[in-house]
Amino acid sequence: MDKKRVVITGLGAITPIGNTVQTYWDALLKGRGGVEKITHFDVSKYTTQIGALVKNFHPEDFFDKKEARRTSRFITFAVGAALEAIQDSGLDVHKEADWVGVEIGSGIGGIECLEETMRVLLEKGPSRVSPFTVPMMICDMASGQVAIRLGAKGPNSCSVTACASAAHSMANAFRTIQCGDAVAMVTGGSEAAISPLGLASFCAARSLSTQNDSPQTASRPFDLDRDGFVMGEGAGILIFEEFEHAVARGATLYAEVLGAGTSGDAYHITAPAPDGEGAARAMAMALKKSHLKPEDVGYINAHGTSTDLNDKHETTAIKTVFGDYAQKIPISSTKSMTGHLLGAAGAIELIACVKVLTTGWIPPTINQFSPDPHCDLNYTPNQAVKAKVDVAISNSFGFGGHNGVLAVGKI
Amino acid sequence: MSVSEEEIFEKVRAVIVEQLGVTEEEVTREASFTDDLGADSLDTVELVMALEEEFGTEIADNDAEKLTTVGKTVGYILKNTK
Repeated sequence: MDKKRVVITGLGAITPIGNTVQTYWDALLKGRGGVEKITHFDVSKYTTQIGALVKNFHPEDFFDKKEARRTSRFITFAVGAALEAIQDSGLDVHKEADWVGVEIGSGIGGIECLEETMRVLLEKGPSRVSPFTVPMMICDMASGQVAIRLGAKGPNSCSVTACASAAHSMANAFRTIQCGDAVAMVTGGSEAAISPLGLASFCAARSLSTQNDSPQTASRPFDLDRDGFVMGEGAGILIFEEFEHAVARGATLYAEVLGAGTSGDAYHITAPAPDGEGAARAMAMALKKSHLKPEDVGYINAHGTSTDLNDKHETTAIKTVFGDYAQKIPISSTKSMTGHLLGAAGAIELIACVKVLTTGWIPPTINQFSPDPHCDLNYTPNQAVKAKVDVAISNSFGFGGHNGVLAVGKI
Repeated sequence: MSVSEEEIFEKVRAVIVEQLGVTEEEVTREASFTDDLGADSLDTVELVMALEEEFGTEIADNDAEKLTTVGKTVGYILKNTK
Protein backbone atom coordinates (compact mmCIF):
# COMPACT_ATOMS: atom_id res chain seq x y z
CA MET A 1 0.00 0.00 0.00
CA ASP A 2 1.26 3.46 -0.86
CA LYS A 3 2.00 5.77 2.01
CA LYS A 4 -0.38 8.70 2.33
CA ARG A 5 0.91 12.25 1.98
CA VAL A 6 0.63 14.42 5.07
CA VAL A 7 0.07 18.18 5.09
CA ILE A 8 -0.18 20.82 7.79
CA THR A 9 -3.50 22.66 7.89
CA GLY A 10 -3.59 24.36 11.27
CA LEU A 11 -1.23 26.02 13.76
CA GLY A 12 -1.54 27.07 17.39
CA ALA A 13 1.03 28.45 19.82
CA ILE A 14 1.34 29.73 23.35
CA THR A 15 4.90 30.91 23.91
CA PRO A 16 6.96 33.26 26.09
CA ILE A 17 6.94 35.78 23.23
CA GLY A 18 3.33 35.53 22.09
CA ASN A 19 0.15 33.61 22.89
CA THR A 20 -0.96 33.15 19.28
CA VAL A 21 0.91 32.00 16.18
CA GLN A 22 0.79 35.50 14.72
CA THR A 23 2.19 37.28 17.79
CA TYR A 24 4.80 34.54 18.24
CA TRP A 25 5.93 34.84 14.64
CA ASP A 26 5.99 38.64 14.71
CA ALA A 27 8.19 38.56 17.81
CA LEU A 28 10.55 36.03 16.18
CA LEU A 29 11.05 38.21 13.13
CA LYS A 30 11.60 41.29 15.28
CA GLY A 31 14.16 39.39 17.35
CA ARG A 32 12.28 40.01 20.56
CA GLY A 33 13.24 37.79 23.48
CA GLY A 34 10.96 36.58 26.27
CA VAL A 35 13.44 35.88 29.07
CA GLU A 36 12.96 37.66 32.40
CA LYS A 37 13.53 37.38 36.14
CA ILE A 38 11.46 34.64 37.73
CA THR A 39 9.09 36.16 40.31
CA HIS A 40 6.35 33.55 40.82
CA PHE A 41 8.44 31.83 43.50
CA ASP A 42 11.45 32.77 45.58
CA VAL A 43 14.58 32.20 43.50
CA SER A 44 17.05 33.98 45.79
CA LYS A 45 18.98 30.76 46.51
CA TYR A 46 19.04 29.55 42.92
CA THR A 47 22.12 29.81 40.73
CA THR A 48 19.75 30.57 37.84
CA GLN A 49 17.01 33.11 38.51
CA ILE A 50 15.69 33.71 35.00
CA GLY A 51 13.28 31.96 32.66
CA ALA A 52 11.14 32.50 29.58
CA LEU A 53 7.65 32.56 31.01
CA VAL A 54 4.34 32.70 29.22
CA LYS A 55 2.73 36.07 29.98
CA ASN A 56 -0.89 37.18 30.23
CA PHE A 57 -2.21 33.64 30.03
CA HIS A 58 -5.51 32.97 31.76
CA PRO A 59 -6.60 29.34 32.12
CA GLU A 60 -10.14 30.60 32.72
CA ASP A 61 -10.22 31.57 29.05
CA PHE A 62 -10.26 27.87 28.24
CA PHE A 63 -11.64 26.19 31.38
CA ASP A 64 -14.37 26.85 33.89
CA LYS A 65 -13.25 27.61 37.43
CA LYS A 66 -13.53 24.03 38.64
CA GLU A 67 -11.64 22.55 35.69
CA ALA A 68 -8.96 25.24 35.85
CA ARG A 69 -8.17 24.36 39.46
CA ARG A 70 -7.55 20.71 38.64
CA THR A 71 -5.73 21.09 35.35
CA SER A 72 -2.00 21.61 35.47
CA ARG A 73 -0.31 24.37 33.57
CA PHE A 74 1.18 22.28 30.74
CA ILE A 75 -2.29 20.89 29.99
CA THR A 76 -3.92 24.32 29.88
CA PHE A 77 -1.23 25.45 27.43
CA ALA A 78 -1.90 22.41 25.23
CA VAL A 79 -5.65 22.94 25.23
CA GLY A 80 -5.25 26.67 24.48
CA ALA A 81 -2.90 26.05 21.56
CA ALA A 82 -5.01 23.14 20.27
CA LEU A 83 -8.13 25.31 20.15
CA GLU A 84 -6.27 27.89 18.08
CA ALA A 85 -4.89 25.21 15.75
CA ILE A 86 -8.18 23.44 15.19
CA GLN A 87 -9.98 26.70 14.53
CA ASP A 88 -7.24 27.71 12.11
CA SER A 89 -7.62 24.40 10.25
CA GLY A 90 -11.41 24.56 10.01
CA LEU A 91 -11.49 20.81 10.62
CA ASP A 92 -14.85 19.51 11.85
CA VAL A 93 -13.66 16.89 14.32
CA HIS A 94 -17.12 15.57 15.19
CA LYS A 95 -17.85 14.69 11.58
CA GLU A 96 -15.28 11.91 11.67
CA ALA A 97 -14.25 11.73 15.29
CA ASP A 98 -12.84 8.18 15.10
CA TRP A 99 -10.34 9.30 12.47
CA VAL A 100 -8.93 12.34 14.24
CA GLY A 101 -6.21 11.49 16.74
CA VAL A 102 -4.04 13.35 19.21
CA GLU A 103 -0.34 13.02 19.97
CA ILE A 104 1.12 15.78 22.14
CA GLY A 105 4.46 15.29 23.86
CA SER A 106 5.67 16.60 27.18
CA GLY A 107 9.04 16.01 28.76
CA ILE A 108 8.20 16.80 32.36
CA GLY A 109 4.40 16.93 32.73
CA GLY A 110 2.72 18.43 35.79
CA ILE A 111 5.73 18.90 38.01
CA GLU A 112 4.24 21.86 39.93
CA CYS A 113 1.34 19.61 40.92
CA LEU A 114 3.75 16.91 42.08
CA GLU A 115 5.55 19.44 44.28
CA GLU A 116 2.38 20.82 45.78
CA THR A 117 1.04 17.34 46.49
CA MET A 118 4.31 16.29 48.08
CA ARG A 119 3.99 19.23 50.45
CA VAL A 120 0.46 18.16 51.39
CA LEU A 121 1.60 14.57 51.88
CA LEU A 122 4.39 15.60 54.24
CA GLU A 123 2.33 18.14 56.17
CA LYS A 124 -1.04 16.44 56.36
CA GLY A 125 -0.54 12.80 55.42
CA PRO A 126 -1.75 10.51 52.63
CA SER A 127 -5.46 11.01 53.31
CA ARG A 128 -5.20 14.61 52.11
CA VAL A 129 -3.58 13.84 48.75
CA SER A 130 -5.81 15.10 45.95
CA PRO A 131 -7.54 12.51 43.76
CA PHE A 132 -6.52 14.71 40.83
CA THR A 133 -2.81 14.27 41.47
CA VAL A 134 -2.29 11.56 38.88
CA PRO A 135 -4.31 13.15 36.07
CA MET A 136 -2.58 16.49 36.71
CA MET A 137 0.90 15.01 36.78
CA ILE A 138 1.21 12.46 34.00
CA CYS A 139 2.73 13.62 30.73
CA ASP A 140 0.15 11.99 28.47
CA MET A 141 -2.72 14.01 29.93
CA ALA A 142 -2.28 16.88 27.47
CA SER A 143 -3.23 14.40 24.73
CA GLY A 144 -6.05 13.07 26.88
CA GLN A 145 -7.52 16.46 27.73
CA VAL A 146 -7.20 17.84 24.21
CA ALA A 147 -9.03 14.78 22.87
CA ILE A 148 -11.81 15.26 25.42
CA ARG A 149 -12.11 18.93 24.57
CA LEU A 150 -12.19 18.37 20.80
CA GLY A 151 -14.06 15.06 20.78
CA ALA A 152 -11.18 13.47 18.86
CA LYS A 153 -11.49 9.68 19.19
CA GLY A 154 -8.71 8.50 16.88
CA PRO A 155 -5.28 7.18 17.94
CA ASN A 156 -4.21 8.93 21.15
CA SER A 157 -0.72 8.86 22.56
CA CYS A 158 2.27 10.89 23.72
CA SER A 159 6.02 10.60 23.39
CA VAL A 160 8.11 11.40 26.46
CA THR A 161 11.64 11.92 25.17
CA ALA A 162 12.81 14.98 27.10
CA CYS A 163 13.58 17.86 24.76
CA ALA A 164 12.68 15.74 21.73
CA SER A 165 9.17 14.92 23.03
CA ALA A 166 7.37 17.18 20.55
CA ALA A 167 9.54 16.02 17.64
CA HIS A 168 8.87 12.37 18.37
CA SER A 169 5.18 12.97 18.96
CA MET A 170 4.93 14.74 15.61
CA ALA A 171 6.96 12.01 13.90
CA ASN A 172 4.54 9.44 15.26
CA ALA A 173 1.53 11.52 14.26
CA PHE A 174 2.97 11.81 10.76
CA ARG A 175 3.44 8.05 10.53
CA THR A 176 -0.06 7.41 11.89
CA ILE A 177 -1.56 9.34 8.98
CA GLN A 178 0.95 7.93 6.47
CA CYS A 179 -0.15 4.40 7.21
CA GLY A 180 -3.85 5.25 7.11
CA ASP A 181 -4.78 4.96 10.78
CA ALA A 182 -6.09 8.53 10.98
CA VAL A 183 -7.06 11.32 8.55
CA ALA A 184 -5.88 14.04 10.91
CA MET A 185 -3.74 14.32 14.02
CA VAL A 186 -3.62 17.14 16.55
CA THR A 187 0.05 17.06 17.45
CA GLY A 188 2.95 18.93 19.02
CA GLY A 189 4.19 19.44 22.55
CA SER A 190 3.52 21.23 25.79
CA GLU A 191 5.66 22.10 28.79
CA ALA A 192 5.47 24.08 32.04
CA ALA A 193 8.43 23.08 34.18
CA ILE A 194 9.63 26.41 35.56
CA SER A 195 8.74 25.37 39.10
CA PRO A 196 10.85 25.32 42.28
CA LEU A 197 11.87 21.70 41.74
CA GLY A 198 12.09 21.92 37.94
CA LEU A 199 14.42 24.90 38.09
CA ALA A 200 16.51 23.48 40.95
CA SER A 201 16.96 20.20 39.08
CA PHE A 202 18.20 21.81 35.89
CA CYS A 203 20.41 24.13 37.98
CA ALA A 204 21.90 21.08 39.69
CA ALA A 205 22.61 19.46 36.32
CA ARG A 206 24.58 22.66 35.43
CA SER A 207 22.46 22.98 32.30
CA LEU A 208 21.28 26.56 32.68
CA SER A 209 22.65 30.00 31.95
CA THR A 210 23.47 31.94 35.12
CA GLN A 211 23.44 35.37 33.49
CA ASN A 212 20.85 36.55 35.97
CA ASP A 213 21.63 40.23 35.54
CA SER A 214 21.06 40.24 31.80
CA PRO A 215 18.09 37.95 31.10
CA GLN A 216 17.52 39.25 27.58
CA THR A 217 20.98 38.20 26.41
CA ALA A 218 21.30 35.01 28.46
CA SER A 219 20.15 32.64 25.70
CA ARG A 220 22.85 33.02 23.09
CA PRO A 221 23.11 29.84 21.05
CA PHE A 222 26.38 29.36 19.13
CA ASP A 223 27.89 32.52 20.67
CA LEU A 224 31.32 32.16 22.26
CA ASP A 225 30.08 33.33 25.67
CA ARG A 226 27.06 31.05 25.91
CA ASP A 227 26.79 29.40 29.31
CA GLY A 228 23.73 27.19 29.23
CA PHE A 229 20.10 27.21 28.21
CA VAL A 230 17.24 29.25 29.59
CA MET A 231 14.12 27.33 30.59
CA GLY A 232 11.02 28.25 28.64
CA GLU A 233 7.41 27.14 28.76
CA GLY A 234 4.41 26.95 26.47
CA ALA A 235 2.87 24.77 23.80
CA GLY A 236 2.89 24.37 20.05
CA ILE A 237 0.14 22.45 18.27
CA LEU A 238 -0.10 21.58 14.58
CA ILE A 239 -2.88 19.91 12.65
CA PHE A 240 -1.41 17.20 10.45
CA GLU A 241 -3.84 15.97 7.82
CA GLU A 242 -3.94 13.45 5.03
CA PHE A 243 -3.37 15.37 1.78
CA GLU A 244 -6.44 14.29 -0.20
CA HIS A 245 -8.67 14.73 2.82
CA ALA A 246 -7.42 18.29 3.27
CA VAL A 247 -7.82 19.10 -0.43
CA ALA A 248 -11.33 17.63 -0.55
CA ARG A 249 -12.58 19.90 2.21
CA GLY A 250 -10.86 22.97 0.77
CA ALA A 251 -8.45 23.45 3.65
CA THR A 252 -5.53 25.86 3.50
CA LEU A 253 -2.40 23.76 3.01
CA TYR A 254 0.47 25.47 4.80
CA ALA A 255 3.14 22.89 4.10
CA GLU A 256 3.77 19.21 3.55
CA VAL A 257 5.45 17.01 6.13
CA LEU A 258 8.07 15.32 3.99
CA GLY A 259 9.67 12.97 6.45
CA ALA A 260 11.04 12.32 9.90
CA GLY A 261 14.33 10.93 11.14
CA THR A 262 14.90 9.51 14.60
CA SER A 263 17.92 7.99 16.27
CA GLY A 264 19.49 7.26 19.62
CA ASP A 265 22.95 8.24 20.90
CA ALA A 266 23.51 5.25 23.21
CA TYR A 267 26.24 7.35 24.75
CA HIS A 268 25.45 9.38 27.89
CA ILE A 269 22.40 10.28 29.97
CA THR A 270 22.69 14.02 29.35
CA ALA A 271 25.69 14.79 27.12
CA PRO A 272 25.35 14.54 23.35
CA ALA A 273 27.52 12.00 21.54
CA PRO A 274 30.88 13.37 20.30
CA ASP A 275 30.56 15.30 17.04
CA GLY A 276 26.79 14.97 17.23
CA GLU A 277 27.04 11.52 15.75
CA GLY A 278 23.46 10.57 16.73
CA ALA A 279 22.07 13.94 15.67
CA ALA A 280 23.73 13.56 12.28
CA ARG A 281 22.14 10.16 11.75
CA ALA A 282 18.69 11.57 12.57
CA MET A 283 19.17 14.41 10.09
CA ALA A 284 20.45 12.02 7.43
CA MET A 285 17.47 9.74 8.00
CA ALA A 286 15.02 12.65 7.73
CA LEU A 287 16.56 13.61 4.37
CA LYS A 288 16.53 10.04 3.10
CA LYS A 289 12.93 9.43 4.17
CA SER A 290 11.95 12.70 2.51
CA HIS A 291 13.81 11.86 -0.73
CA LEU A 292 15.85 15.03 -0.36
CA LYS A 293 19.41 15.90 -1.25
CA PRO A 294 21.25 18.12 1.22
CA GLU A 295 21.13 20.99 -1.30
CA ASP A 296 17.31 20.90 -1.27
CA VAL A 297 17.21 22.15 2.30
CA GLY A 298 16.88 25.94 2.51
CA TYR A 299 16.60 26.43 6.27
CA ILE A 300 17.50 24.61 9.47
CA ASN A 301 15.81 25.45 12.74
CA ALA A 302 18.58 24.21 15.00
CA HIS A 303 18.14 22.60 18.38
CA GLY A 304 20.64 25.32 19.39
CA THR A 305 20.16 25.29 23.13
CA SER A 306 22.96 27.71 24.10
CA THR A 307 24.87 25.00 25.94
CA ASP A 308 28.55 24.55 25.16
CA LEU A 309 28.23 20.94 24.04
CA ASN A 310 24.99 20.99 22.09
CA ASP A 311 25.86 23.93 19.89
CA LYS A 312 29.35 22.68 19.12
CA HIS A 313 28.25 19.13 18.35
CA GLU A 314 25.15 20.16 16.42
CA THR A 315 27.35 22.35 14.24
CA THR A 316 29.63 19.39 13.53
CA ALA A 317 26.61 17.17 12.85
CA ILE A 318 25.25 19.64 10.29
CA LYS A 319 28.66 19.66 8.57
CA THR A 320 28.70 15.85 8.55
CA VAL A 321 25.34 15.66 6.83
CA PHE A 322 25.51 18.69 4.54
CA GLY A 323 29.22 18.77 3.66
CA ASP A 324 30.40 21.96 1.96
CA TYR A 325 26.81 23.08 1.52
CA ALA A 326 26.55 23.45 5.33
CA GLN A 327 28.23 26.86 5.07
CA LYS A 328 25.47 28.11 2.78
CA ILE A 329 22.31 27.06 4.63
CA PRO A 330 20.62 29.70 6.75
CA ILE A 331 20.29 28.27 10.25
CA SER A 332 18.73 29.80 13.30
CA SER A 333 18.08 28.94 16.90
CA THR A 334 14.83 30.58 17.87
CA LYS A 335 15.57 29.46 21.44
CA SER A 336 17.64 32.65 21.60
CA MET A 337 14.24 34.37 21.91
CA THR A 338 11.84 31.78 23.33
CA GLY A 339 14.20 30.03 25.71
CA HIS A 340 14.13 26.25 25.66
CA LEU A 341 10.59 24.88 25.82
CA LEU A 342 11.95 21.36 26.45
CA GLY A 343 9.20 18.93 25.40
CA ALA A 344 7.35 21.66 23.49
CA ALA A 345 10.41 23.08 21.70
CA GLY A 346 10.17 20.95 18.56
CA ALA A 347 6.55 21.97 18.05
CA ILE A 348 6.93 25.75 18.20
CA GLU A 349 10.07 25.37 16.10
CA LEU A 350 8.30 23.34 13.41
CA ILE A 351 5.68 26.10 13.37
CA ALA A 352 8.56 28.54 12.76
CA CYS A 353 9.73 26.33 9.86
CA VAL A 354 6.23 26.37 8.36
CA LYS A 355 6.12 30.17 8.63
CA VAL A 356 9.53 30.38 6.94
CA LEU A 357 8.10 28.45 3.99
CA THR A 358 4.91 30.48 3.79
CA THR A 359 6.36 33.97 4.37
CA GLY A 360 9.88 33.77 2.92
CA TRP A 361 11.37 35.23 6.10
CA ILE A 362 13.96 33.53 8.26
CA PRO A 363 13.96 34.46 11.96
CA PRO A 364 17.34 35.35 13.45
CA THR A 365 19.45 33.87 16.21
CA ILE A 366 19.66 36.86 18.51
CA ASN A 367 22.43 37.65 21.00
CA GLN A 368 25.26 36.98 18.58
CA PHE A 369 28.16 39.04 19.94
CA SER A 370 31.34 36.97 19.78
CA PRO A 371 31.75 34.22 17.20
CA ASP A 372 32.83 30.81 18.49
CA PRO A 373 35.47 29.23 16.21
CA HIS A 374 33.76 25.88 16.79
CA CYS A 375 30.44 27.28 15.60
CA ASP A 376 31.18 28.74 12.20
CA LEU A 377 28.01 28.32 10.17
CA ASN A 378 25.43 30.89 9.08
CA TYR A 379 23.19 31.22 12.13
CA THR A 380 21.30 34.25 10.75
CA PRO A 381 22.78 36.56 13.39
CA ASN A 382 20.59 39.18 15.05
CA GLN A 383 18.45 40.14 12.05
CA ALA A 384 15.72 38.29 10.18
CA VAL A 385 16.51 37.76 6.51
CA LYS A 386 14.37 37.31 3.43
CA ALA A 387 14.93 34.06 1.57
CA LYS A 388 12.99 31.76 -0.70
CA VAL A 389 12.90 28.46 1.11
CA ASP A 390 11.26 25.33 -0.31
CA VAL A 391 12.31 22.85 2.37
CA ALA A 392 13.08 23.35 6.06
CA ILE A 393 14.13 20.95 8.78
CA SER A 394 13.71 21.19 12.54
CA ASN A 395 16.19 19.55 14.90
CA SER A 396 15.38 18.31 18.42
CA PHE A 397 17.70 16.37 20.70
CA GLY A 398 16.83 15.22 24.20
CA PHE A 399 18.49 14.03 27.40
CA GLY A 400 18.67 10.27 27.11
CA GLY A 401 20.16 10.55 23.62
CA HIS A 402 16.82 10.91 21.80
CA ASN A 403 17.13 12.62 18.44
CA GLY A 404 14.23 13.70 16.24
CA VAL A 405 14.26 15.67 12.99
CA LEU A 406 11.29 16.65 10.84
CA ALA A 407 11.40 17.94 7.29
CA VAL A 408 8.65 20.15 5.87
CA GLY A 409 8.28 21.51 2.34
CA LYS A 410 6.23 23.87 0.28
CA ILE A 411 3.17 22.29 -1.28
CA MET B 1 -21.14 24.44 72.07
CA SER B 2 -23.49 22.82 69.63
CA VAL B 3 -23.85 24.00 66.08
CA SER B 4 -27.19 24.33 64.35
CA GLU B 5 -28.17 22.39 61.24
CA GLU B 6 -28.48 25.69 59.38
CA GLU B 7 -24.93 26.73 60.25
CA ILE B 8 -23.58 23.41 59.06
CA PHE B 9 -25.60 23.62 55.87
CA GLU B 10 -24.13 27.04 55.12
CA LYS B 11 -20.59 25.83 55.66
CA VAL B 12 -21.17 22.71 53.55
CA ARG B 13 -22.72 24.82 50.83
CA ALA B 14 -19.67 27.10 50.75
CA VAL B 15 -17.35 24.11 50.38
CA ILE B 16 -19.47 22.66 47.59
CA VAL B 17 -19.60 25.96 45.72
CA GLU B 18 -15.83 26.20 45.90
CA GLN B 19 -15.11 22.57 45.04
CA LEU B 20 -17.67 21.90 42.34
CA GLY B 21 -17.85 25.38 40.81
CA VAL B 22 -21.64 25.62 41.18
CA THR B 23 -23.79 28.52 42.40
CA GLU B 24 -25.21 28.79 45.92
CA GLU B 25 -28.74 28.52 44.53
CA GLU B 26 -27.99 25.11 43.04
CA VAL B 27 -26.91 23.72 46.40
CA THR B 28 -30.24 22.71 47.94
CA ARG B 29 -30.61 20.05 50.61
CA GLU B 30 -32.24 17.75 48.04
CA ALA B 31 -29.49 18.20 45.43
CA SER B 32 -27.63 15.04 44.43
CA PHE B 33 -23.89 15.47 43.99
CA THR B 34 -23.72 13.41 40.83
CA ASP B 35 -27.13 14.07 39.23
CA ASP B 36 -27.64 17.74 40.09
CA LEU B 37 -24.20 19.18 40.85
CA GLY B 38 -22.18 17.42 38.13
CA ALA B 39 -19.70 15.65 40.39
CA ASP B 40 -17.79 12.63 39.10
CA SER B 41 -16.11 10.01 41.27
CA LEU B 42 -12.90 12.06 41.67
CA ASP B 43 -14.89 15.19 42.53
CA THR B 44 -16.65 13.28 45.27
CA VAL B 45 -13.39 12.10 46.81
CA GLU B 46 -12.04 15.65 46.79
CA LEU B 47 -15.25 17.05 48.22
CA VAL B 48 -15.25 14.62 51.12
CA MET B 49 -11.65 15.57 51.81
CA ALA B 50 -12.52 19.25 51.84
CA LEU B 51 -15.43 18.62 54.22
CA GLU B 52 -13.15 16.64 56.54
CA GLU B 53 -10.78 19.61 56.59
CA GLU B 54 -13.57 22.11 57.17
CA PHE B 55 -15.14 20.23 60.06
CA GLY B 56 -12.01 18.61 61.48
CA THR B 57 -13.56 15.18 61.26
CA GLU B 58 -12.95 11.90 59.48
CA ILE B 59 -15.56 10.48 57.15
CA ALA B 60 -15.02 6.77 56.59
CA ASP B 61 -15.19 5.56 52.96
CA ASN B 62 -18.17 3.34 53.83
CA ASP B 63 -20.06 6.32 55.15
CA ALA B 64 -18.94 8.65 52.35
CA GLU B 65 -20.50 6.34 49.76
CA LYS B 66 -23.92 6.87 51.33
CA LEU B 67 -23.69 10.66 51.35
CA THR B 68 -25.25 11.15 47.94
CA THR B 69 -27.12 14.40 48.61
CA VAL B 70 -26.34 17.69 50.33
CA GLY B 71 -28.99 17.01 52.99
CA LYS B 72 -27.60 13.57 53.88
CA THR B 73 -24.14 15.09 54.19
CA VAL B 74 -25.32 17.89 56.48
CA GLY B 75 -27.16 15.33 58.61
CA TYR B 76 -24.09 13.16 58.87
CA ILE B 77 -21.86 16.04 59.92
CA LEU B 78 -24.45 17.26 62.45
CA LYS B 79 -24.49 13.79 64.00
CA ASN B 80 -20.74 13.28 64.00
CA THR B 81 -19.40 16.65 65.10
CA LYS B 82 -20.59 17.36 68.56
